[in-house]
Amino acid sequence: MTGQARRPLVAAVAAVLMLSALSIWLQAERDRWPLPTNSEETLYLSQRATSRIVFAHRALVSDLYWLRAVQYFGGHTRIAQARQAGVLGPPPALAAAPPDAFNLLYPLLDITTTLDPRFNIAYRFGAVFLSEKYPHGPGRPDLAVALLEKGLRNSPEKWQYWQDIGFVYYWSVHDYLKASAAFRRGADLPGAPWWMRSLAATMLAKGGDRNTSRLLWTQLYDTANNEYARNAAKMKLMQLKAIDDLEQLQAALDRGVLRSLPRDPAGTPYRVGPGSRVELSPESPLFPLPTEPGTRIGS
Amino acid sequence: MRSLGWIALNGFRESVRDKVMYSLVVFAVLLMGMSYTLGQLTAGQDLKIMKDLGLSAIAIFGLFMAVFIGIGLVSKEVERRSVYALLAKPIRRADLVLGKYMGLVLTLMVNVTVMTVALYAVLAYVGWGENEFARQAREAPALDPALLKAVGLTLVQLMMVTAIALFFSTFSTPMLSAALTLGVYVAGYFSTDLRNFDQVVDSRVAQLLARGLYYVLPNLSPFDVTAQVVHGLPVGWRYIAFTSAYGLTYIAILLVISATIFSRRDFK
Repeated sequence: MTGQARRPLVAAVAAVLMLSALSIWLQAERDRWPLPTNSEETLYLSQRATSRIVFAHRALVSDLYWLRAVQYFGGHTRIAQARQAGVLGPPPALAAAPPDAFNLLYPLLDITTTLDPRFNIAYRFGAVFLSEKYPHGPGRPDLAVALLEKGLRNSPEKWQYWQDIGFVYYWSVHDYLKASAAFRRGADLPGAPWWMRSLAATMLAKGGDRNTSRLLWTQLYDTANNEYARNAAKMKLMQLKAIDDLEQLQAALDRGVLRSLPRDPAGTPYRVGPGSRVELSPESPLFPLPTEPGTRIGS
Repeated sequence: MRSLGWIALNGFRESVRDKVMYSLVVFAVLLMGMSYTLGQLTAGQDLKIMKDLGLSAIAIFGLFMAVFIGIGLVSKEVERRSVYALLAKPIRRADLVLGKYMGLVLTLMVNVTVMTVALYAVLAYVGWGENEFARQAREAPALDPALLKAVGLTLVQLMMVTAIALFFSTFSTPMLSAALTLGVYVAGYFSTDLRNFDQVVDSRVAQLLARGLYYVLPNLSPFDVTAQVVHGLPVGWRYIAFTSAYGLTYIAILLVISATIFSRRDFK
């Protein structure tokens, strides 16, 4: 190619580069002034209507709703955590009904599982999302159980859903009788692991002591089949370790032998708060610590 | 018979020359590649999503090809007036219709094969990096041969859609043929509802009409076994044989009608 023939090509490349730079700048400028949007809008249809409208490729549409549910949960969790960590919390009237109340989470999960009734992860993770307390989730164990029961109607052979129901009753509702019953129902199904039955017995005998919690989360950690579930279980195990640490540190502080404050299992230093209480830093990824299930009365 | 083969081969060559078709295949293959990225956002279940997306891409892009190339099979020849040159040759009009159809089916088969290979390549890559826990927990293996059952039934479905498009194109304009074909495609997914119409209406006439339509309209939903295959549920060979045989019979009916209409059509 001669120099003269190359000139138009060079000019075209230069023009494309300049226009691309202009396009990037325009987008960046526009993003500084976003239009007001209402993210609380979704197409929520009844099960019957959903089945009719999505007449083909239901599995694909259910995947899209699942992606939407994951993003919705992640986005709202981030907003809620930022709000809680902020200097100015919401006024009391709003605090009762947080503005980021995850209202659409259950509808999104319901549509996902209506379109694909055997969408295993949507039931299992969906239940985890729903039962997490604010700001980590909406704190709706009732909806978590409803979702898992829907899963059992569609796949009665899934002992894992009984395990998850038991888990919700144990961890979020602190109803050990129901938790034990759920573990037992799951243990009766073919293919259920041996530890489900012993879990049911332990639950009935000891209720929510910390070692039972640790056992439960360790089982979930060991049997997790993906990184998300493994990380969630790891986080809970670290929180339990933090509770142990706080008790020991508080005792040391009370005795006057505490020289320095170590870091929590996630790497953020503990701190001494009002009333000389050793506590977790709000900046720690483990914050806030879960309410521990209580020990069964009489045990 | 020999002329039929030549027409089919020429139809295939003509489709291969069509650049729109290439872009559809490239887009479908890119979409499958992109499903890897999409799978990373899903908190597990990446394989399921890739399979869903891959199988749907094959069906949707195949549908575009079947409809938009199918409607032009006959009407394009008429529009370009090349049909006069063809009809002057010692070939039967019916052979022309059947040959054109077979040419497009051959094209669809090649394209579906390309898209299936792309899907398996993406699944092989993802399955290769899976850990042992994920491998044990998944409902079906990454390189599940059962996916071919879904692909096979999708191909028969696309062959039906091509036959429908060809049927309309023998007596209608391309635009109207496309609209009618897509309309029948949508209705084909609801035909099971027509069978159960007697549960919603009392009128005997309406019930008979609905039952009649159920048998006349193509029943396309049984060809979609994506959900079963992706979740590792069994799809028996008997089911596949009966469903495919139904599809092939329906295609034969449409081809006979199309050939008859085209044979009787006056091109003066």
